[in-house]
Amino acid sequence: MSDGALDKPGLGVPADTGWETVVGLEVHAELSTETKLFSASPNRFGGEPNTHIDPVSLGLPGSLPVLNQKAVELAIRVGLALNCGIRPSVFARKNYFYPDMPKDFQISQYDEPISVDGWLELPSGKRIGIERAHLEEDTGKTVHIGGAGRIHEAGYSLVDYNRAGVPLIEIVGRPELRSAEEARQYVAELRAILVAVGASDGKMEEGSLRVDCNVSVRPAGSDRLGTRCEIKNVNSLRSLGRAIEHEARRQIGLLAGGRPVEQQTRHWNEDEGRTHALRSKEEDHDYRYFPEPDLLPLDPSAEWVEEIRRELPPLPRDRRLRLGEAAPSADAGHIALAVERSLDGLALAAIGGGGLPERVMIHIVQNLAGGAGMLDAEALAGLAQMEEAGELTATQAKKVLAVLAESGGSPQDAARALGFEAMDSTELESMLDGLIAENPEEWSRFCEGDAKLTGFFVGQAMKATRGRADGKAVTQLLISRRG
Amino acid sequence: MTAVEISEAVRSGQRSARSVVDMSLSTIGAGEAEVHAFNLVAAEQALAQADEIDRMVAAGEDPGPLAGVPVALKDNLCTRGMGTTCSSRILEGWVPPYDATVVELLRNAGAVFVGKTNMDEFAMGSSTENSAFGPTRNPRDLSRVPGGSSGGSAAAVAAGFAPVALGSDTGGSIRQPAALCGVVGVKPTYGLVSRYGLVAFASSLDQIGPLAATVADSARVLDVISGPDARDSTSIGDPQPPVSATLGDGVDGLRVGVLAELSGDGIAPDVAARVRAAVGALEAAGARVAEASVPAAVYGLSAYYLIAQAEASSNLARYDGVRYGLRVDAPSTPGMNTATRSAGFGDEVKRRIMVGTYALSAGYYDAYYGRAQKVRTLIVDDFASAWEQFDLLVSPTSPTTAFSLGERTDDPMSMYMSDVCTVPVNLAGQAAMSVPYGVGDDGLPVGVQILAPALGEPVMFRAAAVLEASLQ
Amino acid sequence: MGQQRITRAECARVAALARLELTEEELERFTGQLDELLGHVAEVEALDVEGLAPTMHALPIANVLRPDVPGEVLDRDEVLARAPLAEDGQFRVPPVLGEAP
Ligand SMILES: [Mg+2]
Ligand SMILES: [Zn+2]
Repeated sequence: MSDGALDKPGLGVPADTGWETVVGLEVHAELSTETKLFSASPNRFGGEPNTHIDPVSLGLPGSLPVLNQKAVELAIRVGLALNCGIRPSVFARKNYFYPDMPKDFQISQYDEPISVDGWLELPSGKRIGIERAHLEEDTGKTVHIGGAGRIHEAGYSLVDYNRAGVPLIEIVGRPELRSAEEARQYVAELRAILVAVGASDGKMEEGSLRVDCNVSVRPAGSDRLGTRCEIKNVNSLRSLGRAIEHEARRQIGLLAGGRPVEQQTRHWNEDEGRTHALRSKEEDHDYRYFPEPDLLPLDPSAEWVEEIRRELPPLPRDRRLRLGEAAPSADAGHIALAVERSLDGLALAAIGGGGLPERVMIHIVQNLAGGAGMLDAEALAGLAQMEEAGELTATQAKKVLAVLAESGGSPQDAARALGFEAMDSTELESMLDGLIAENPEEWSRFCEGDAKLTGFFVGQAMKATRGRADGKAVTQLLISRRG
Repeated sequence: MTAVEISEAVRSGQRSARSVVDMSLSTIGAGEAEVHAFNLVAAEQALAQADEIDRMVAAGEDPGPLAGVPVALKDNLCTRGMGTTCSSRILEGWVPPYDATVVELLRNAGAVFVGKTNMDEFAMGSSTENSAFGPTRNPRDLSRVPGGSSGGSAAAVAAGFAPVALGSDTGGSIRQPAALCGVVGVKPTYGLVSRYGLVAFASSLDQIGPLAATVADSARVLDVISGPDARDSTSIGDPQPPVSATLGDGVDGLRVGVLAELSGDGIAPDVAARVRAAVGALEAAGARVAEASVPAAVYGLSAYYLIAQAEASSNLARYDGVRYGLRVDAPSTPGMNTATRSAGFGDEVKRRIMVGTYALSAGYYDAYYGRAQKVRTLIVDDFASAWEQFDLLVSPTSPTTAFSLGERTDDPMSMYMSDVCTVPVNLAGQAAMSVPYGVGDDGLPVGVQILAPALGEPVMFRAAAVLEASLQ
Repeated sequence: MGQQRITRAECARVAALARLELTEEELERFTGQLDELLGHVAEVEALDVEGLAPTMHALPIANVLRPDVPGEVLDRDEVLARAPLAEDGQFRVPPVLGEAP
């Protein structure tokens, strides 16, 4: 998983120099509601600027927030899935001026968040503590015009409030991650959980999942935390790994050279593969938090929380276990991938429907990266069975699968439509006659026992039939001819 | 004519809404130059609304319980297509793209909006002198202030420009000007009237309420504007009985407490005398009267100033020159924010934003804002004890009658003292109203404040009706 | 009045936090007025409020929730027509100088 940063000369402080990396992540996820956290304008990605706005999300004088029930429900689902306690909570105002914040304060949960004290289990079995998961509203978006889009050189900026007020859940993990790889796994697992419970689409590239990394380093074996830096603008799992590696090396480089690490917020530059300090304006950040007087306390009833708990879908960890049991020979990475792609249900059903686990898993892992589309479990099971019976080659099966994903239907029909009907034996026999006549020398060597020539004849058969022949059937036939 | 009379005449077809509104507009035309009750007189829109009412009546439809009644709206209530300024330069020229809930309710009840009334900027003040557009004068004596911050609304009713008006009351801003102008003013229970579309001053204290010449008119307007609203989280979810229905039920057997803490020191003797007379009238009508005590009420003003200003400092952050209202340009956005706010807000608003910012800032929160919220608990608890013994409490509304223009503008503390009797009610979220009860030694109106527990409006209005009748 | 509660420097800091620019004269005057006001409201400091819960709201209500159903949106042109400066369907502002804190 390490790339880029590793190759850079000068940064190459390897992990065995006696330093330990400590990472704590704050993840913001946009909740998949129809409307905003405090108003009824649509929560939708994209769209013409400033078309998903209403008096509340524009902070118009006289507008008032009213809490979205669905957002609360999704937040509770996330809290429960992260093994948190669900608590009475209070919204507060975080006051600071910024043009993409319509009211110049953000409504967020401060000292009384809805979920506290949970944990997330990495695929390795290691548990990472979750300090809290709280609800808050998103800001709008500011685009900087001129100066190549760079904030400090821009000539002016434009503000779009479509995103303002979109519900966010902020999940604050404890600094218990010990490597870039663990951090990557943590985010992947968290994303899988968010998607599994229907709380978020988890798309980092669209910004619906945003990760701030707190990175520090310390001598291995130390239990004191070093000075940390917060890294922003990490927009993919790949960047996450790279950014943490780079930052850890930077800090180790400083400390090893006898220089201190300064507590800063740093910006990850994906193209340059490095972090740089954000010039923080010499301004006083005194957020003056106080309870939001336009909202009342939130105290979800035990019955409601239990109902949400009961209806919680199986979580990725359990789903991995279940698929692992159904496909015992599959490797853990493939099982995890199937779950991450939400294809585990399909795989389980196809295996249950008579598809050989190995063949089903090959399709799930290699051929369905774009999702299952219209493919159903029965068709996938049928496809695996046709392959097993020698009715389709692997190449043909892949093409049939693409058709099934695209437009559904049965594998038999799709194979027929593609002209992939297995050749009958008389057709194969006459083709073989031809091949033997054309290659007498090879044939006699084969008859004398040179097994390598099996491949030669199968290859020729494939060529002659443009792949329609089944290799196994050709081999069988060759052996029986030889006598 | 009262609002009740107008609506009956219009609904029955005896009188056209147009003639009523015409009369209101001509009264405004004659007196507005002296009084300056309005920031905006919406003559054309009002006449169009009146014609629509008349069309409905002609078609046999009922325009509603305020059919054809001219209403003056405080200029901090959002009106779609009609400017809303809060008497501030920072919102000058701003036309809201939506209606406040109360505006919608009034419209649906057949009311006609004659204009937007002057106020202290963002409702911060007690004299309507803190308006960016010049002060309003008291129609009873033009050298005096009308009180504030709903001074324009109180003056509009007192001058006969409109039979009823809406104001907002954060610490007395309806009751105090009502008292100083000699009209009825009601601060409903917090949550009874939706705040959606009321430009916020202090969210946990603000309430919209009616000002009117008579108790019955204010009752009718309150009945129209109160009720649950899904757009205001702090709106009380259950509908309440109309106050008009029990207006004539009297006070026989009611336990009335005279609020000691708000009736002693600092209350002008002539005002105190009128309050005693009012108490006598209630007693004569069958109420059982005794002295009542709400000891923490004396800390009301201090707690109020910290809480209200803290909330205001945050509520007024949005006036930053980005989305609406004034912008004063500068080379950067922070600079533009600062230039806009410095030019757009008046002195009193700046002062209060500063107090609120300070009270919330790191290191001071616990000492100021946090402590004030606990004092608020003391006040709530003390009132709760009083309500175990009394159905209603009585006090002066304002310690004095209307003071002269300019008299208190240089001394914020003396101005703030105008609200000493009214703020405890807002802190406790309770109902209270001011009823005119004669005049003081200077011949200017005196208001008596009737306090009720939360949702005690029906009983409060019964007492108000008894006081009103006792003067006739 | 006793000791001063707010200094001129603190007053200036508060003004900056609130994005207000005060002239020297205003700063002087406001410092005095704020100091007097804070001296007055400080009477709450003398009260014993130990163990009391703060009252954020007089209303004993909780859990006010709205169904997740889309409602009306504002007309962008109407809103932008009233904005101080707009461009490309967006609100235009001078350079913002830095990221949000
Ligand atoms: Mg955070
Ligand atoms: Zn956040």
